[in-house]
Amino acid sequence: MSRSVLILGAASGMARAIARSFAAEGHAIRLAARDPERLKDDRDDLVTRYGVEVTLHPFDALDLASHAGFVAGLPDLPEVVVCAVGTMGTQEENAADPEAGAMVMRANFEGPASILGHLANAMEARGSGTIVGISSVAGERGRASNYVYGSAKAGFTAFLSGLRNRLAKKGVHVVTVLPGFVNTAMTEGLDLPARLTAEPEEVGAAVLKAVTSRRNVVYVRPIWRIVMAVIRAIPEPVFKKTSL
Amino acid sequence: MTRLSGWGRTPVAECRVRKARSEADVARAVAEGPMIARGNGRSYGDPAMSPGLTLDMRGMDRFLAFDAETGILVTEAGALLSDVIETFLPRGWFPFVTPGTKFVTIGGAIAADVHGKNHHGDGSFRACVEWVDVMEADGSVTRVTQDDDTGRFGTICGAMGLSGVILRAAIRLRPVESAWIVQETIPVQTVEAAVDAFEARLDVPYSVAWIDCSSGPPTLGRSLVMLGRHARADELPTSKRKAPFKVARPRKLAVPVDFPSFALNRLSVRAFNALYYRMGARNAGETLVDWDRYFYPLDAISGWNRIYGRRGFYQFQCALPLPTAREGLERLLTDISATGLASFLSVLKRFGPDDSPLSFPCEGYTLALDFPAGARSLALLERLDRITLEHGGRFYLAKDARMTGETARAADPRLAAFRDLRQARGWAGHFVSHQSERLGL
Ligand SMILES: Cc1cc2nc3c(=O)[nH]c(=O)nc-3n(C[C@H](O)[C@H](O)[C@H](O)COP(=O)(O)OP(=O)(O)OC[C@H]3O[C@@H](n4cnc5c(N)ncnc54)[C@H](O)[C@@H]3O)c2cc1C
Ligand SMILES: NC(=O)c1ccc[n+]([C@@H]2O[C@H](COP(=O)([O-])OP(=O)(O)OC[C@H]3O[C@@H](n4cnc5c(N)ncnc54)[C@H](OP(=O)(O)O)[C@@H]3O)[C@@H](O)[C@H]2O)c1
Repeated sequence: MSRSVLILGAASGMARAIARSFAAEGHAIRLAARDPERLKDDRDDLVTRYGVEVTLHPFDALDLASHAGFVAGLPDLPEVVVCAVGTMGTQEENAADPEAGAMVMRANFEGPASILGHLANAMEARGSGTIVGISSVAGERGRASNYVYGSAKAGFTAFLSGLRNRLAKKGVHVVTVLPGFVNTAMTEGLDLPARLTAEPEEVGAAVLKAVTSRRNVVYVRPIWRIVMAVIRAIPEPVFKKTSL
Repeated sequence: MTRLSGWGRTPVAECRVRKARSEADVARAVAEGPMIARGNGRSYGDPAMSPGLTLDMRGMDRFLAFDAETGILVTEAGALLSDVIETFLPRGWFPFVTPGTKFVTIGGAIAADVHGKNHHGDGSFRACVEWVDVMEADGSVTRVTQDDDTGRFGTICGAMGLSGVILRAAIRLRPVESAWIVQETIPVQTVEAAVDAFEARLDVPYSVAWIDCSSGPPTLGRSLVMLGRHARADELPTSKRKAPFKVARPRKLAVPVDFPSFALNRLSVRAFNALYYRMGARNAGETLVDWDRYFYPLDAISGWNRIYGRRGFYQFQCALPLPTAREGLERLLTDISATGLASFLSVLKRFGPDDSPLSFPCEGYTLALDFPAGARSLALLERLDRITLEHGGRFYLAKDARMTGETARAADPRLAAFRDLRQARGWAGHFVSHQSERLGL
């Protein structure tokens, strides 16, 4: 059985930390991003630190037609796939320009769902594998400040939940990761509360643990479970007047 | 804006901070104007804080290549020394030079040209640097080798980030046979005797003395001199010989909250120092200790800097040339012990010859100690500055948070030349820290 781990959106800060967590366990790593040139230093890092095999693959989540070929072209069908693809844009832009908003929806939902759909089918046929989707707490409830991104993540979260349900008896496990705030390029310059903000390394450790212990839904910092429970519980007549 | 300070937690400033994750991020920051690189913030004062942009280099932490024949590691500048040890000690390699904490970045180690307990034999960090890639003020990248004949190498090591941003470096590691250190502890009653002990044992690779600064005459500068060398595999007891690089991970202690400032008074420090001395003296002679306990005893207590409370603390570190060292040390310690100001951790080291253009070490002795922030400490520090100057000594910029430019220049004529060079090369407009402004560099 293959032991490789495929990371989609591998140039992201979170993906780098996740790749390290799995490489430290001895897994071969497949890094995929739009521009694999940018991944060379990451490859060298994983090889130097952990002595594992690392391969680079071009991958565009928005190019749906390429997805079947991408999966077929991998050296092997991975044991674990982690999808860290996503873009946030800004809410102002996403609201003012519906086309920009649609791109955010495609990059966070349509594209990831498509590629994971292909991989899920292949894993189901094999009868084993783990699929990890990096979604977001932003998808738990739409807020004025971030609802375009949030709605895309909501769709992705629902997709992962359904996929988990479908594959539960087929030997394939699905993990939904809701990282809360993470200190990466995506959140650069935002004023984030320290207690609620994880470092990428925490996400890396949490994802590895979720995969090995077959968790279903993980919040990286436990406090987010409480925060989101509260946010979900606020009645709509009150919620619509808040600014969160 | 982010509230930043150094390890001493004073001074504090609101800084514009950005994280560099790639060379392109660094180029953007350098092009925008005044900036300074920040490593892991383990310098004590304000050198890694800028009135312009403070660029956090921790996002560039990839190891790019390792040659198991030569022990040369190519790494990005934001990688931590702790990461180097974690990765390469199990393969039989240890940093060639290491400061007293492993939580420094490679860039920070080069920029401050840090020294370890082996300076008298091996020199400072730059001795193991084969080359560095540095981003210049115009955004171009130069690979500068140790033997480069333009002199550029010497303007990077010890320059505290004021002559460019270090992107990558090739550093040579040291082959070791085990993760263990053969330590020999020599208790001595005076600083005079401590110096004698150092001078008698210059052949031992590592040496450091912990000084009890609260002890006045007749036991002024009573110390534990601790010598060390890497243990060979065949010296280990059989239980350890099977896995010579394996040591039990110590449980990590943490200082969970800021100590109220009254917690650290003269009495508690005196008691601590006396106890420490007695425990150390009881272990006199040779013992086997693991690398972490030997090199990084303070790292076992994360956030130990909070022990001084919210107001923070100052670190004082000077280097005295060999001919004046004995007298200078005695004068410094007399003043310190008379004031009775708290210093838990006072350290004395022997420096070997050093002729680098900017680095701190000079052949002689270096004394490092800390004091809680406050007016009485500041007054004492002024006096210590003066004693140092009178004995031809100089100060370590990585520890400084409060010196005046006048004192710095009086102690170190090389700084005036460096300031002129910064103007001539256009570094002055691009690489600016709170420290460089304070010292007028
Ligand atoms: C407990 C403790 C023990 C210590 N013991 C010793 C010791 O024994 N010997 C010793 O020499 N020092 C010692 N130090 C000091 C420490 O080693 C230095 O201050 C070191 O520079 C800290 O590295 P850093 O990565 O945290 O850098 P920072 O503190 O973040 O920065 C230090 C300087 O390096 C510059 N810099 C950082 N990265 C770059 C880069 N990529 N390019 C250009 N410039 C850069 C910054 O601009 C700044 O001027 C000790 C510190 C502590 C807290
Ligand atoms: N940071 C947070 O606070 C936070 C919180 C919750 C969830 N998340 C999610 O975590 C994931 C990782 O994000 P991050 O924080 O690490 O930010 P990031 O560095 O911006 O990562 C996003 C990654 O998605 C990739 N990507 C975007 N569009 C793509 C496409 N069409 N095809 C292929 N790859 C594409 C980007 O690749 P390029 O490098 O090629 O642009 C980038 O590597 C994202 O899904 C994000 O939504 C982040």
